[in-house]
Amino acid sequence: MIGLTAVFIGAALALNIYVGGARFNAESFVPNIVVLGITRELGPVLAGLMLAGRVSAGIAAEIGTMRVTEQIDAMTTLSTDPFKFLIAPRVLAAVLTLPVLVAVADIIGVMGGYLVAVNSLDFNGATYLRNTFNFLETQDVVLGLTKAAVFGFIIAVMGAYQGYNSSGGALGVGRATTNAVVGAIVLILAVNYLITAFFVE
Amino acid sequence: MTAKLQLIGLKKKLRGRQVLDGVDLDVAPGKSIVIIGGSGQGKSVTLKCTLGLMKPDSGQVLVDGAEITKMPVEIRARVMRKFGMLFQGAALFDSLSVWENIAFRLIYADNVPRKDARERAIETMRKVRLSPDFADVRPIELSGGMQKRAGLARAIIAKPDILFFDEPTTGLDPITADAINDLIVEMVKELDCAAVSITHDMPSARKISDEIAMLHDGKIVWRGPTSTLDSSGNAMVDQFVAGRADGPIQAVV
Repeated sequence: MIGLTAVFIGAALALNIYVGGARFNAESFVPNIVVLGITRELGPVLAGLMLAGRVSAGIAAEIGTMRVTEQIDAMTTLSTDPFKFLIAPRVLAAVLTLPVLVAVADIIGVMGGYLVAVNSLDFNGATYLRNTFNFLETQDVVLGLTKAAVFGFIIAVMGAYQGYNSSGGALGVGRATTNAVVGAIVLILAVNYLITAFFVE
Repeated sequence: MTAKLQLIGLKKKLRGRQVLDGVDLDVAPGKSIVIIGGSGQGKSVTLKCTLGLMKPDSGQVLVDGAEITKMPVEIRARVMRKFGMLFQGAALFDSLSVWENIAFRLIYADNVPRKDARERAIETMRKVRLSPDFADVRPIELSGGMQKRAGLARAIIAKPDILFFDEPTTGLDPITADAINDLIVEMVKELDCAAVSITHDMPSARKISDEIAMLHDGKIVWRGPTSTLDSSGNAMVDQFVAGRADGPIQAVV
């Protein structure tokens, strides 16, 4: 799913940059801007938003249901810390896997841009790829993957927090799920800006 | 003799309502006490405060004379080893199999090897008369009565000093309910532990208790041996036991 998102975004990005670049004879910058836009910004943000919908909601619903059916209370009475048993592994998993997903999404996104550029914008394939990799710097990738790890943290923590504090049966679990997704999305966008600003300085 | 469990002046306010208004109760070792009372009178909150799932605003919970409400979480987890709790809906973990549920404390808190834990789980299943054939199924596939048995097995596997029961017979048919009552009496006797139950099922309360306490408006209004329940001389207890809508207690509809 993230691959599909990435390929279409990369393709659309290439077209838009081509049209915009043509206004001041800068069409040749398509590969540079596509790879920059995807690794620094679109890859992590889009993957973060999609996973906020899937994973945050999933965690909130699961832990929320455990809360309202007293399973979390039961765990406490069995001398097991629900935080260690339920929340920590999920947060860790999200922090570790999101950067991997984003790395894959970045590659697929660049591929999307490449396909459009070569097939319909008459770019030379080898030149396109050379421009892409010569232009890309380590710090672009580091920024993108740092964002991904932070977004993974936000996604898991929002889901777990809302689920853990849910109350009031099915209605409460539904509310927790909605709050988790909305909260994770808003936080991801805000933190995305903060991290970018920090790295630019 | 010191009490196994003692509640002193427990107070708790929830959403602006004084749910517990100074609950005092003590439970002697090996005794079974049942707290009766209408819905919303604070039975569940009393239990939650005792178990440390909820923090009382004031008052003390003493287990073997040690005050536990202000203990750090890690130390309280150790006190929890003395407790076994059967939740109203059994609260089995639906992602684990029945035997893993029963052996949960052994596997995850006491680091018992899985093979030994499984053996002890199956042994405990026999005790609560739950066929070991169900060891590897998910709890969701069990009937309500069997889920209660599995929940009871999970509560007793580590041989607790105090067993807690939250409405153990709610949602069961009368025959299954009675079988669960028998099992509770049997387990409490076998483990020689104290038991605290909350219920509004009177036949169940009579059967599983040595003593009965009635909670009303956040206070214990009456307490006595089960045999004196019908001659309590307390109008509220009489009304509750007889199940009449008219009397000192107004029905909340």
